[in-house]
Amino acid sequence: MTVLDDSTAPGLVGPPNSHGPRRDPAPLLPDPEPVRILGTPAAKMFDTELQRELYRRLVLGRRFNQQATTLTRQGRLAVYPASTGQEACQITASMVLREQDWLFPSYRDTLAVVARGVRPVDALTLMRGHAHSGYDPYEHRIAPLSTPLATQASHAVGLAHAARLRAAADPETAEELVALALVGDGGTSEGDFHEALNFAGVLGAPVVFLVQNNGYAISVPLASQSAAPTLAHKAVGYGIVGRLVDGNDALAMHSVLSAAVEHARSGRGPVLVEAITYRLDAHTNADDATRYRSAAEVDAWRARDPLTLLERHLRAAGLLDDAGVAATARAAEDLATEIRAQFDNPPDPDPDSLFTHVYATPTSQLREQAAELAARRDADAYADAAEDEDEDEAR
Amino acid sequence: MSTTMVAALNAALRDSLRADANVHVLGEDVGALGGVFRVTDGLAAEFGRQRCLDTPLAEAGILGTAVGMAMYGLRPVVEMQFDAFAYPAFEQVFSHVAKMRNRTGGQMGLPITIRVPYGGGVGGVEHHSDSSEAYYAHTPGLHVVTPATVADSYGLLRSAIASDDPVVFLEPKRLYWSAVDFSPAEVSTAQVPPIGRAMVRRPGTSATLLTYGPSLPVCLEAAAAARSEGWDLAVVDLRSLVPFDDETVCTAVRATGRAVVVHEAAGFAGVGAEIAARVTERCFHHLAAPVLRVTGYDIPYPPPMLEKHHLPSVDRILDAVARLQWEQ
Ligand SMILES: Cc1ncc(C[n+]2csc(CCOP(=O)(O)OP(=O)(O)O)c2C)c(N)n1
Ligand SMILES: [Mg+2]
Repeated sequence: MTVLDDSTAPGLVGPPNSHGPRRDPAPLLPDPEPVRILGTPAAKMFDTELQRELYRRLVLGRRFNQQATTLTRQGRLAVYPASTGQEACQITASMVLREQDWLFPSYRDTLAVVARGVRPVDALTLMRGHAHSGYDPYEHRIAPLSTPLATQASHAVGLAHAARLRAAADPETAEELVALALVGDGGTSEGDFHEALNFAGVLGAPVVFLVQNNGYAISVPLASQSAAPTLAHKAVGYGIVGRLVDGNDALAMHSVLSAAVEHARSGRGPVLVEAITYRLDAHTNADDATRYRSAAEVDAWRARDPLTLLERHLRAAGLLDDAGVAATARAAEDLATEIRAQFDNPPDPDPDSLFTHVYATPTSQLREQAAELAARRDADAYADAAEDEDEDEAR
Repeated sequence: MSTTMVAALNAALRDSLRADANVHVLGEDVGALGGVFRVTDGLAAEFGRQRCLDTPLAEAGILGTAVGMAMYGLRPVVEMQFDAFAYPAFEQVFSHVAKMRNRTGGQMGLPITIRVPYGGGVGGVEHHSDSSEAYYAHTPGLHVVTPATVADSYGLLRSAIASDDPVVFLEPKRLYWSAVDFSPAEVSTAQVPPIGRAMVRRPGTSATLLTYGPSLPVCLEAAAAARSEGWDLAVVDLRSLVPFDDETVCTAVRATGRAVVVHEAAGFAGVGAEIAARVTERCFHHLAAPVLRVTGYDIPYPPPMLEKHHLPSVDRILDAVARLQWEQ
């Protein structure tokens, strides 16, 4: 007889089951295979207008990624972590949100930010380097891009929780809002990710965590990152629903994320969605991906490019033809032209602004330091002007 | 009415919760238990468990959740159970709480109060006696406040919660049970001390002791003892480490020409080093002697049976005063 058998013997029952919830994990478990719609009968049921809209947005999204990468080569962006190959995730993450909802992006998610209505040049401010963030978080209901991995996840929980507290206190102004936090596969190893899931589960906060599993955290493959059956399974330990979806299938992404967001909105608790996707470009323009992954691997994923999959499907379904493709390509070129125009004038950040927003009211120390810098700049400007004059005279 | 610091802090929380529906308290054991130091005693009963929330045991999660709550317009007051147990939350504090206003060009301020019971002298075992003020004070974007009196603990906490900037509110746990005649009910809003002003606790003519939080009573004791040596010591209570009140400090130092900084945190790269440097830069021609420091040693906080050797004592302070180059 094993020890385990012993404990169930009469007279050896454990303490009463008084230590909190014991829930059936079955409803929380993700399906063994990622949800797919493209290439399945479900595709026929999918709203055709929405399919065309997804295609248009994915094409524009791809062009955005290309243009931003070009801007790094021209030195007009300091760095750009492209989401090439992940456009279906980026676009649907924004599309499924309503106006009152909030998005909590990471550094990789500029495209999702643009897809929610922020001007490209403003979404790229962090990467351009003249300020840490370029859009008003309250205007767009988007938190600033978060660079410390997974730290934004608990912000989403807190905000969603606060909205529910407000709604309970003042039903008149209640906003049934959902917060959607974007995290990478590597980010799921961070303590902050786990703490956020746990808080979300305990508080029952209306949050959706979207993990874009693109296979790598810079150079480290998922196998070195986690031994979990899937990243979606991480939800179960926190009493959260886990869902697994093909992140390169735009229709599946839209339908799984919509369902997750509405699940959270209706008060049924948070959802963790793992989207299986692939980063076709390097980690950033500064990275050399050939050091850690093979061309054959990249090629295999290129064949599963979310744009290719969607275009092929739409053509087969008779929803898209050459003319449609060409028209969308022209719209994408227009977007690229507009982005370039937005970058025409190099930014001229004001050094005085360094001191303005450290506190609501600058401390006396910061006022002194601002005055010192201003005086130095005046002196420099004076010296430059004098030098110019000398040169003029010499001529 | 005799009031302890714990009771005054509790009253400040209660009055803040009453005054503003956006104020929410959250932390470990703050609900039914009232916090391990009872600072939140009775709040959950009066305001409900949602406004005085027992959170899961995860400090980064608590702070991160508070960040999100503040983004939505609430005023979270977070309790970190002990100084050393706030360390898991450092990334949230340093990377987000301190930087959000700056990062968003002033569009998103985070009015979060982080209450941290800190310091030694209470016979605590390892990890229960750290003085962590320098970590916070070194981080631009945070206000760092530490009361040393019962009245200040009430007033400064009210001000901290009302502040539109994040405030790290360091509570000297050694003084939690100190009691004086004080009635929070009699404090009008006009009397609530602003953040950023130091206070001369004792005027003096011979030398100036600069101190804060748990070391104030030791300095006052030292000043009383110094009378018999013929020294009339001024004692300045900084109250706020950030913003730093250069004006009050420098006026008090210039008046005596001699200064000793006293705190129980380790001396190396501590707040006292900053104060000594600032005073030297600003008051050099008024100084008759170098600014000295009496601090904890540069060691991990000692076990309880040895802590008395580590903490600044009246004797160590008087020895420092004696070294202020009196014969010239
Ligand atoms: C807390 C923290 N540690 C390390 C880094 C450096 N870093 C930036 S991106 C990255 C990889 C993240 O991988 P993943 O979460 O999978 O996101 P992806 O880049 O693939 O979108 C690392 C290690 C960071 N930004 N934050
Ligand atoms: Mg990744």
